[in-house]
Amino acid sequence: MAEIYELGIAAIRSGVADGDFTAKEVAETFIDRVSAAKSLNAVLVETPDHALAAAEVTDKAKAAGETLGKMAGVPVGMKDLFCTEGVATTAGSLILDGFTPQYESTVSANLFKAGAGMLGKLNMDQFAMGSSNETSAFGNVISPWRRNDGGNTDLAPGGSSGGSAAVVSGRICPAATGTDTGGSIRQPAAFVGITGFKPTYGRCSRWGTIAFASSLDQAGPMAHDVRDCAIMLESMAGFDPKDSTSLDLPVPEWEAGLKSDLTGKRIGIPKEYRVDNMPPEIDALWQKGIEWLKDAGAKIVDVSLPHTKYALPAYYIIAPAEASSNLARYDGVRYGMRDLPDGAGLQDMYAATRESGFGPEVKRRIMIGTYVLSAGYYDAYYTQAQKVRTLISQDFDKAWESCDLLLTPTAPSAAFGLGEKTDDPLAMYLNDVFTVPSSLAGLPAMSVPAGLDGQGLPLGLQIIGKALDEQGVFNAGLALEERAGFVAKPEQWW
Amino acid sequence: MSVDKETVKKIASLSRIAVTEAEADALVPELNNILGWVEQLGEVDCSKVEPMTAVIPNKLRLRDDVVSDGNVRDKVLANAPVAEHGFFGVPKVIE
Repeated sequence: MAEIYELGIAAIRSGVADGDFTAKEVAETFIDRVSAAKSLNAVLVETPDHALAAAEVTDKAKAAGETLGKMAGVPVGMKDLFCTEGVATTAGSLILDGFTPQYESTVSANLFKAGAGMLGKLNMDQFAMGSSNETSAFGNVISPWRRNDGGNTDLAPGGSSGGSAAVVSGRICPAATGTDTGGSIRQPAAFVGITGFKPTYGRCSRWGTIAFASSLDQAGPMAHDVRDCAIMLESMAGFDPKDSTSLDLPVPEWEAGLKSDLTGKRIGIPKEYRVDNMPPEIDALWQKGIEWLKDAGAKIVDVSLPHTKYALPAYYIIAPAEASSNLARYDGVRYGMRDLPDGAGLQDMYAATRESGFGPEVKRRIMIGTYVLSAGYYDAYYTQAQKVRTLISQDFDKAWESCDLLLTPTAPSAAFGLGEKTDDPLAMYLNDVFTVPSSLAGLPAMSVPAGLDGQGLPLGLQIIGKALDEQGVFNAGLALEERAGFVAKPEQWW
Repeated sequence: MSVDKETVKKIASLSRIAVTEAEADALVPELNNILGWVEQLGEVDCSKVEPMTAVIPNKLRLRDDVVSDGNVRDKVLANAPVAEHGFFGVPKVIE
């Protein structure tokens, strides 16, 4: 039998339910894995007591013959964007240094209610602004993956959910939460060869999730495979009156509905995603994906999403605009750090606190956002971007007239080395070229690991679905997964 | 449209972020690089397009006008850098 640490959600859940091992053994296994992986810098706060307490509840419930929750016995890693009661939460920023939430985010509370425990809070790009986890105030996360050239170049795990990507791919946590504003679940999942799912906007409550860009932010699971993502999303999602954009809809039973026979499904291939300078390996993998979905019974159709090239610039107006507003709350008064220079008044305290608390990328985005919302520029930048967003959304609506799902690559490259792209913010932004359009339209999308490039690094394929059709996305993802047979794992060096 | 150093300092002030002269100098090309890139949106004809307000059609809910939360003063103050007498403490506002 496989070692416990190699198991994902479904296998742990059934192993606990069948009595093959106890939830306590599972928790202890992963607690050890977490504390042995410090060199990856993926975990900001270890919470072994939380994982053990949840395991004890599960083991007692099992002994008493009670029905176990969907995540019973499964300890998870928690992206540090989720407020966790009594456990320090920083969003990867110094400005939240010392902040200990007095309440639990809805998503983490839902997971705990389903029986999950928490192994720790995971490192991430500061306020989820980044694509490589290099904007964290607490240092880079190092990907468990290495190139097959015999060197030991440290690679980026992707971002912003870089800690989540690292712990799941390194088999340090069996699954982890992520959040996705422009690709922050899917791009890191692709970089490390795991599965990541962003649901329809509004499926998961944003309450207690530290806000970046509220019209885009969505939580989702990062896990070994499609089934694990379905199980975990069922536990995370659900209507929450505390989030004004939460969808008041029942949570479907996605796991029970999994079916990889795609007979009758039409898969659209958007021609605008064939971008310049795309590595031939990614193009080839995309072709393979097309063949795999055909083999699963789907019909392939060419579609056009004509405004695709404007998605990134629109995103880099809308997201900073929302961020500049959301991050106005960090004022050195109510929580987090305060920098009060000698003799300073209130305004100087705000400016000093924010100067020393925010990292360079966060400041850059707050300032861009402030500029595009300022008097005289609002219509030219912000309103125009929101109009372009309408056009991007309409592109998808039009595509849905001839297809049910879309297949694209997840990212335009495999993982890059730490430091290789930090000098040029624009080059970093381009990482999200394939993930941002569906974020702007609020659509469900997932990344499935599909192959390795010539350097032995994972590549992912993305499935995008209609609003609320998570099931369709899961099913097409499963069809890819079954055919790709992706089993590569990073060799443990840490 | 491009920003100069004075504009950068004004944006920084509106953002309540202190910048040194050297930082302001460095931010000018950085912000112009990003602004120059996003300006390609200007080439899209949006004369007949409404700006998006909600990605998924969703009416803003109203709830009953009753107290549903509160009485958690100590929790609200628990993370304050300075809390005194049940209030947030701030430096003197009026000289």
